[in-house]
This record gives sequence, structure tokens and C-alpha cells, in this order.
Amino acid sequence: MKLAYWPGCVSRGFTAELHGSMALVAERLGIELVELDRANCCGAGVIAEHNQELADTLNARTFALAQQTGLAMMNICSTCQGAQSECQQRLDADSAYRAHINEVLSGQGLSYEKGVDGWTNKNFLWVLVEDYGLDKLAEKVQRPLSGLRIGPFYGCYVVRPKHRLGYDEHPDRDLYLEQVIETLGGQVVEYDGARKCCGFPVITMNRETSLRQAGTHVGDALDAGADCLVTPCPLCHLNLDMQQPEAAKVVNRDLGLAVLHLPQLVGLALGFEPKQLGMGKHIASTEWVEERLASVAA
Amino acid sequence: MATYTLKVRRYQPESGEGPYWEEFDVELDPSLSVLDGLLQAKDRDDGSLSVRCSCRAAICGSCGMKVNGSSTLACKTQIGEAHEQANRRPDVPAEGGQIGHSTSGTSNPIVVEPMGNMPVIKDLITDMESTHWEKIRRVTPWLLPHGDPPEREYVVEPESMIDITQSMACIQCGACVSSCLSMEADPEFIGPAALAKAYRFVGDPRDAETTERLHDLAHDPHGIYDCTHCFSCIDACPKGVAPMDQIMRLRRRAEENGIDSDPNNGHNHMVAFTKIIEKKGTLDESLLLQESYAPGVKGKLKPTKGAIKGLLGSIPTALRGLKTGKMRSLPKLIPGVHPKLPGGAQDEVKTIYAHAQEHREEFNLYIKGEDGDEETAVAEGLEPDPQKETA
Repeated sequence: MKLAYWPGCVSRGFTAELHGSMALVAERLGIELVELDRANCCGAGVIAEHNQELADTLNARTFALAQQTGLAMMNICSTCQGAQSECQQRLDADSAYRAHINEVLSGQGLSYEKGVDGWTNKNFLWVLVEDYGLDKLAEKVQRPLSGLRIGPFYGCYVVRPKHRLGYDEHPDRDLYLEQVIETLGGQVVEYDGARKCCGFPVITMNRETSLRQAGTHVGDALDAGADCLVTPCPLCHLNLDMQQPEAAKVVNRDLGLAVLHLPQLVGLALGFEPKQLGMGKHIASTEWVEERLASVAA
Repeated sequence: MATYTLKVRRYQPESGEGPYWEEFDVELDPSLSVLDGLLQAKDRDDGSLSVRCSCRAAICGSCGMKVNGSSTLACKTQIGEAHEQANRRPDVPAEGGQIGHSTSGTSNPIVVEPMGNMPVIKDLITDMESTHWEKIRRVTPWLLPHGDPPEREYVVEPESMIDITQSMACIQCGACVSSCLSMEADPEFIGPAALAKAYRFVGDPRDAETTERLHDLAHDPHGIYDCTHCFSCIDACPKGVAPMDQIMRLRRRAEENGIDSDPNNGHNHMVAFTKIIEKKGTLDESLLLQESYAPGVKGKLKPTKGAIKGLLGSIPTALRGLKTGKMRSLPKLIPGVHPKLPGGAQDEVKTIYAHAQEHREEFNLYIKGEDGDEETAVAEGLEPDPQKETA
């Protein structure tokens, strides 16, 4: 399997361990990634609230760069998925609008074509379940995550709005994290916040609301017995992990729950060591996860 | 005809007891609605089961409630589909159903609850006054024209009203308010229904207080910059109003109307983000933090009180990041050191920005439709003819 790969900004910034672990995991799974190093930020919905046409053109450029490789595109960020799908929906709806946007790109020798050879842009989670396949993933597991109690945390941008995000064709996309966790041998923890908002988009605008959201979800997962959370979104990771000590103050309770990036969780099951996967870079300690895994292996 | 189990969250204030769950078995065709199921249970099993409803055709907006955790109209939700939804993971009950499986044994019940973010009056009936109607009144939901009224009706170009038709489609059911994740964390948030209603008047060509309305909504700390962008209201709305899209329109209109400061630093954040991508192509997170709170720190430093508080509040997080190594590299530490895109790619991004200075088209899917216009496109030569290609 070979894919055009858009890592996003945050996975190469504050959550560099995500980009690093994705590279290791892709290689071991036998997925060849062609990185789109000339592509630009998706705008995270923020550029669109300033100028929708600008956001659509920027993302059309990224899609065009991916299409130039002749490969389907993969991202590792729920927010990229949501922001890019939003622009793609507008571009795909109207050929005159698409032609208008492509005119701007034509000077760069680029053009976004709708539905060419069934071209898609999918989050790693969707690729893993729909294209790679859970059976094949199960065969690659070297260290089953037996006994590890894992709470899924999706990130809004891969679960809503359903119509835009391909749920008509793939209605179970909001259950894939559970399916992956079980495939890796882990135990799914049911808790209230799995498909709720981490609060990140308002961290600079309404800090207290934002941290209350993050703190509530982490607390609910702890109460439900989770050893860790797993998320396909680095922005959720920033609020759930990096801001966790601040969130604890707002919800007025002790937290301390490891939050893993999806490729890290897969990586652990594929036999990589936590250090290789950059788990030491997290703010919420991952030691408990390592202890649980060690005790199972022993 | 099939048998379904409805697991209803019940509450009778006069009993002095707290809320509890009760299951009802109902028999009806899968194409009938969850509301039909509830009315059958009320008719056959318990006349005290309370539900607000009227038209049964998704027009009156009375029967808003949560079905399997999702805010919706009970009359617009087919019971067969709700049953399937509750049984997507046979071993795990639907949201809200954590207290045991159906009494009928083999499958999960359909879980029915009153709307969220609102006080419950009785069973499935909520009090919409404090969390919905009060907020609707908060946005001055009537026209504020200037000058003497015309002798007859106001005359406007039909095209100038198209933009607000989507927000006009609201039937005040409260499903978006029920689903709102910002309001769940901040009950003071004006909320999706009221803000969508606000856009209905901001976008109306007959209204003369557009700037005042936008200033008011931007300067309320629980206004347009308190939306956390979670898309819940878009999925919940039974009429396609997409309240969050209207909130984003309000943010664009606020900027266009020169409202460039607000207590939430919402405008600064948006401008800082957009400018960084023009300069660097990808996000320089340190610079975003600095510029969101204190724009133009190198030139004129004019941070608001809220900005100083926000910036100080982010310091402990940054220090922890340094400790674990998360922020130890220079681009993550020093705002502005972040690299540009390689080999001329940054200039390509800048070209797009230059074009965007003159172009701000808002492509509206609600008006244009999502199915595309391929036939017209082929006729106008914008797209190749697929039939010709295959032939």
C-alpha cells in the first residue's frame, strides 16, 4: 500500500512524537508514505471563518499536490480531516466554483479534479479499518495489549457532521477506534466523552470552558476505569495531555491519565518500545501504561 | 410489524423521587416513528407518560428529545432505524443505557431521554425558557430598520434574502441547544439556536443595525467566540439550519464590519492564524500563542486584560513542555523561528493569499445543493463530458 501523506502542522510541532511514531508504524505495517512536504496548513476551520474562498483554495492546492503523485491521500489529524473535508465538499458540489478555484492554482501547474480514479483523503484510522483491514492488522500484532483498558477519544472532526464525512457509505466510522482497540487485544472503556469536544478550539478564547471540557472527559474516563485514552487527533492531544494539569485545576480533582496518539497505540502492539514511540514526551505520564503492559507480558 | 423496547428516562417532580428508567414494549411498523412508539406506550401502558408533541411531521418542533444519545425530533426518527442504531454494538447498550439491557433480553433497547442542557419539567418535557427562549430574546430577534416605515411593504431584491433562508428554516425545536457541547461546559453561552437567529437579522438587508448587532455578539464573552466548533448542532438540526455555519458567518461579518477586538481575543486569534500560514505555510504554534494574545508584539503592544491573563495562564503549560522535551527545539520555543515551506512552495501559498485579497466568495451548499451541477458544467465546457469519455 502506497499513499500520499499529509502529516499536518501540529504533528510536526508540539506533538512531534505523533509524526515519528506514524513513520515507524507505517514501515512495519508495510504502508509506504510519500510525504507532501510542499503542502500547506488545512486552516483548521480558522482560516475559513476569515475567508472561505482562501481556505478552499489552500486545501485545493494540497489535494492537487496529492493527486499529482497519483496516490490516495492520508492524514493523521482529525482536524485536518474535518477542515479538508469541508473544503472538498464545496469544491465537489459545483464545477463552476471548482474551475474558479483551479484558475488560481493553474499558475502553479496544479489542478484539483473531483473523484479522479476514486481519489480519497482519509485519516489513518479510516485507512487502517477500510483499506488496510483489521484482519491484516491482527496478523501484525506482536504484543497484544491484553488487560489494557483504553478509552477512545475521536475528536469532533472525524465524527461530525456525518453527512459530510462519508457516514452514508461508512456508517461505523464512529466505532473504528473501538474496533482497532479490540483488534490490538485491548479492552474498550465506555465513558461519556468519547465523541465529545476536547475544548481545544477555544483554548485561547475561553480558557475555562476549554479546560473544563478536557478535564471532564479525562475525569469520566478515569472513573470508568481507563488506563489511558487514545486519539487520532493531535489537537485533542494538546488539550487532553499538554493541558491536563491545568484542566485538573478547573475541574478541581486529581487527573493523571496517559493520552496516546493512535499510531503509538498501534506501535505498542506491533512491538515497539514506548521510548521509540516518543511516549516520554507526553505531559501526563505514560508509566502506568508501560507497567500494565509489562505485567501482562511477564 | 415488529416489537421494540423503548427505555425511557422518566421523572415526576410531584413524587419527590429522582429520575429513573422504565422500559416499554411497543408493536409497530419499522417505518413509523419513535414518537408513535411513545404515544402507543402512553395509550396502552401508562397514561402518565409525558411527552410534548403536536404536528408529528417535523414542522412544529415540539418533540425534541434524545434518542440513543442524539438530539433529534422523535417524530422524524424512524423506530426501525433507532433500533438498529441502538444495536450497532450488540454487547454494548446505547448511550444513556448503561444500567442494564432490555428486559426482552436479546437486543439493546432504544434509549429515549429528555433534551440536554435544559431543566426537566416531567418525563420527556423540558423547560426551554431559560436555556432557549431567553437566549433567543437576547439577540433582539426582530427587525431594526431606520427611518420612517414605507407606506406599503419593504421591497427588497429576492437575491439579497437568499443568504438568510437557511437560518429562517429554524422551527425552534431546541435540538441544537440540547446537543451543544459549548453550552454543556458554559451554560452562559448564547448558543446555536439564538446565534443562528441573530444571523437571520444580521444578514437581512432591511435591518439597519448590523454593526451594532455584531459588536454586541462579539463583545459578549459568551457570544460568537465561545463556540467550540464541535459540529454537534449541525448533526442535530432536523431542518438543515447548520447553526455552527451561521456562527462562522457572524464571525466573518464581524470582521468585515471592522470589529477587530473582543474580550475573547477571537478576532486576534483568527487574524494571527491566517497571517502565520501566509508567512510560513504551516502553523508556528509559539507565534500563534503570542500573536493571539498580543498582536504586533514587536511594534505596538496593546494586549487587553484578558489577553495578559491568557498569556500568563499558558506559562505553566509551556514550562512543563520544556521539561519533557516537548518544546525543547528552537522552532517550538522561539516564536518566528519556524521554517517556511521548501523550494518556492511558500511563494505559491503567498500567490493564493494575494488572490484572496480580492476574492471572498462564500459558496453556500444550502442554496447551491450538494449534488453538483455536472450537466450544466458539461454544457458550458467546464468539465469533460463523461459519456463522451467512455464512448
